[in-house]
Amino acid sequence: MPQRPIPKPTPETAEFWAGARRHELRIQRCRACGRAYFFPRPFCPRCSSHDVEWFTASGRGRLYSYVINHRPPPGFQDAAPYVIAVVELDEGPRMMSNVVGVEPSPERLPADLPLEVAWEQLSEEITVPLWRPLGGGS
Amino acid sequence: MSLRMSAAIVGAAETDTVGVIPDKSALQLHAEAAFNALADAGLTKDDVDGVLCAGQSPVAVAEYLGITPTFVDGTGVGGCSFMLHVRHAAAAIKAGLCSVALITHGESGRSRVGMGAWARSPQMLMAQFEEPYGVAGPPTRFTIPIVRHMRAFGTTEEQIASVAVATRRWAERNPRAMMREPITVEDVLASRLIAWPVHLLECCLVTDGGGALVVVSAERAKDFPKKPVYVLGTGESTEHSMISMMHDMTESRAFKVSGDLAFREAKIDRKDVDHAMFYDAFAHTPMFALEDLGFVAKGESGPFFAEMRTAPGGDFPLNTNGGGLSYTHTGMYGMFAIQESVRQLRGEAAAQLDDVRVSIAHGVGGMFHAAGTLLLTNDDGA
Repeated sequence: MPQRPIPKPTPETAEFWAGARRHELRIQRCRACGRAYFFPRPFCPRCSSHDVEWFTASGRGRLYSYVINHRPPPGFQDAAPYVIAVVELDEGPRMMSNVVGVEPSPERLPADLPLEVAWEQLSEEITVPLWRPLGGGS
Repeated sequence: MSLRMSAAIVGAAETDTVGVIPDKSALQLHAEAAFNALADAGLTKDDVDGVLCAGQSPVAVAEYLGITPTFVDGTGVGGCSFMLHVRHAAAAIKAGLCSVALITHGESGRSRVGMGAWARSPQMLMAQFEEPYGVAGPPTRFTIPIVRHMRAFGTTEEQIASVAVATRRWAERNPRAMMREPITVEDVLASRLIAWPVHLLECCLVTDGGGALVVVSAERAKDFPKKPVYVLGTGESTEHSMISMMHDMTESRAFKVSGDLAFREAKIDRKDVDHAMFYDAFAHTPMFALEDLGFVAKGESGPFFAEMRTAPGGDFPLNTNGGGLSYTHTGMYGMFAIQESVRQLRGEAAAQLDDVRVSIAHGVGGMFHAAGTLLLTNDDGA
């Protein structure tokens, strides 16, 4: 398992990381325009409304784009090659992550491959969302 | 306020050498380029009242050179910062904030002499939302949009590799270029896999060097030794600080906004451009520029490059110095793109084209984070 750099939450991201620790994908939604968004901030990036709420996303998404990294940074040597992906959540927002549980080859990673969230604990405080093919995939 | 034909570049030069310069600090490279550009303009540092730079603080550069400026701009949005500096210098001159603007770049990208540290706080957005996933610098972040473009338009690995091949053909003609051996598409695809679909020869170089520009009002431009290069149109924009937040990975919003601003200000069409410099941090970057600046339709850049239309003898001469892929890439390459536009418009380039009247220098900052566009001309309109 890679030795991942461990993030340190800030006031506006604390709820995301607290949710991740409970294996809940907590993101935000604007109550004025109705749109979900990520990364966390205390107002809507589209309409500037500060009337926003946290909710638990479905944990379903699709593979938007990616690379297969063959030149890993320190801590990731044993994991390479691995998939660095941008995942589009069913709720709309995108986030970077890794796609795991599938052979890291272009043939196995078609556009819009359905994904579901998985979790990896890095420390007592920090757990990160990873993604795997929906239903176990290949 | 339109900046069209309000200012001109009257001094332009790079450091004495580019490539591997372990005996000079980054600040020293700023100064060497500055003195070379001032000499090119027939000026001294005492004539300068505007100082603009990135990488180092304009405070540090002004102090190092012994200048007390009335206008400073430390806009640092990555490798395209110098396109923005030209735009800001033209605006400052038009507003009367300064009369002689000096724009400098110096970077010890390879030897790392006198450079700041890379260290990043674990609270930064990128540290929270990208670095846990094993990203390893630009080759694993800047490159993520490529696969979306491939899947959307059928862009192939061979087409992307052809960008590096066409660019190398220009470098073969430039004695200052670091990489001058001819290469083929097969060579590119056989080079080390960095992060699929990107191979080593599709990544820019990492070098030391610098460049500087002197900008004055267009009215004064003919009082200097060299043929003036006029600012015809300018643009700038930004999009995201993390590549994962890019709105649509098949196009750069910052490129589109910046390019449209420049063409609207210049009041010219795409077909009026004779020569192009598109910042090539990776082989795909100029593909996005070609599409997003409106030279071809979305998805058409792959075949365009594969047909070698940007190579010597092609109908769209691009990156004629050999680009960041084969000439030099200090880290913030945009300065070198502008330098080559100026050389082509003056008739001083190593691979000089015939009849260049309008050149475009388009830069990317960070990883599609920012953009700056300059349309430059040697035609005073008289």
